[in-house]
Amino acid sequence: MSQESFVQRHSAEWSAFEASLERVSAPVRFRRTTVMQDTQDTDFPQKYRRICHQLSLARRRRYSNDIIDRLNRMALRGHTLLYQRPTGSIQRLAQYILWEIPRAVRREWRLVSLAHFLFYGAGLAVFLAIQADPDLVYTLMDPMQVADLEAMYDPASEQHSVQRSSDSDLLMFGFYIRNNVGISFRTFAGGSLLGLGSLFFLLFNGLFMGAVFGHLHHIGFGEPLYSFVIGHGSFELTAIVLSAAAGLRLGISWLAPGNRSRSQAFLHAAKQATPIMYGFFAMLVVAAFIEAFWSSKAMVPNNVKYGVGTMLWILVYGWLGFGGSQPGTMLPEVTDAD
Amino acid sequence: MDTVRSVETPEGVQLELRIAGPVARGLALGIDVMARGALMGVIAIPLSLAGEAGAGLLMIFFFVLEWFYPVLFEMYFEGATPGKKALGLRVVRDDGTPVDWTASVLRNLLRFADGLPFGYQVGLASIMMSKDFKRLGDMAAGTVVIYSDRVLPPAKLPAATPRQVTVGLSSREQRAILDFAERTESWGEERSTELAALLTPMVGSTRQVERLLGMARYLMGER
Repeated sequence: MSQESFVQRHSAEWSAFEASLERVSAPVRFRRTTVMQDTQDTDFPQKYRRICHQLSLARRRRYSNDIIDRLNRMALRGHTLLYQRPTGSIQRLAQYILWEIPRAVRREWRLVSLAHFLFYGAGLAVFLAIQADPDLVYTLMDPMQVADLEAMYDPASEQHSVQRSSDSDLLMFGFYIRNNVGISFRTFAGGSLLGLGSLFFLLFNGLFMGAVFGHLHHIGFGEPLYSFVIGHGSFELTAIVLSAAAGLRLGISWLAPGNRSRSQAFLHAAKQATPIMYGFFAMLVVAAFIEAFWSSKAMVPNNVKYGVGTMLWILVYGWLGFGGSQPGTMLPEVTDAD
Repeated sequence: MDTVRSVETPEGVQLELRIAGPVARGLALGIDVMARGALMGVIAIPLSLAGEAGAGLLMIFFFVLEWFYPVLFEMYFEGATPGKKALGLRVVRDDGTPVDWTASVLRNLLRFADGLPFGYQVGLASIMMSKDFKRLGDMAAGTVVIYSDRVLPPAKLPAATPRQVTVGLSSREQRAILDFAERTESWGEERSTELAALLTPMVGSTRQVERLLGMARYLMGER
């Protein structure tokens, strides 16, 4: 068939298809509907397949590029619209949080343990060092920071007895979200550079935390600090550790790709780290809530804070340790194929 | 020609994705940085008057814009941030399907690593070394940045009467003829004649340049 008669025969069909592409693209893009649910174009898939067929024919018959390009554009657009991924349901989300995140964390138990060891090890080392030689705190923090810290946790200060307004709770919530989630994202992303970024942020935060605890404990301001930290610490500190473990997962794939190419191994590692990423993000949002609206409440007695805090620690590690491990909650394994 | 990547669809047809290079992406990034800065400024003005609660909300807005500005645009505007839109780019998955949330979040969180130590040096190195101009974020998410499927303005070709091409030409051969027509004016007559003469079997032995230009017009769709 000559090019002219091919174009003549199909051009009405092409214009119609281009029009329906225009019409469905906006609603589909905003996830209000899928092409399959669209009532005006119940035969969209058939039309799309005809276009694909014509594209193959046009290529095979070596028609001129303007025809092939037009068909390619239509097919690409149709492909984009038809293969839209469905968004999940609430039930699916619950399943993801309760089962898949803990399972992904346990699958990486070696890296998760390593990250725990590095973070708490560094913190404990600095804590103990400062008990032996208190001036060491000034190697990690400058005197201004130390003075601020002392003012913040001074048991004798007015700050602790005065109730903070709900406005400043919101201010602190915003601050914790921006600061802490930002740290965890950097820790995770930095891991893609051979894991070095994750190690840097993890150790830095471990050392810094050790210095804060060590110094305040040494000068006898431990009580206000511990009662403040115990509540949100379960979510916050664990999330930082997990972000480093997920980042290390990315970095190690460059060093030890196994039987994949390095880029394939990296892609696969990202897939494995994804549930952990969503996990630490969610945990930090929870932590920011607790930190802004609970930990800072001076009217709550310290014993209650310790009790609730302990329960939260048990909850976090119970979730990570046992979530999704019961029979009946097993989901199909993520296949390596895609 | 070298930046076209084919993906095969379930229908068994090859779709062509035209991969975008570092310059276009860099320009798009520049526009996005400015757009985001402007957006932050616009939000900051009313909220900074709203006291501590306003400052808290502002922090949350800044956080969202810092990390999720590209994600939101990629998800709701066909894979294109304003900067990408301006340059005619969009993000798709390796198989040509639209980006999903996970892919978009991954590629934009890893933007931090790509941005190290400053000015996207890691990302640029990664783009130069990888096959499909991928920065680290693209590799992790399995995405590519392509030229979107909008129609490009037709190239300006020298005047000539369209002349039917009777030989079946492959896509590359057609492209070569079009490239010839686009560039012929910058070469001067002798070089054009010399190059056109290579195609003597197809264009005949007289008025070769003119005939070849006519064929280029025909291939552009003129009749």
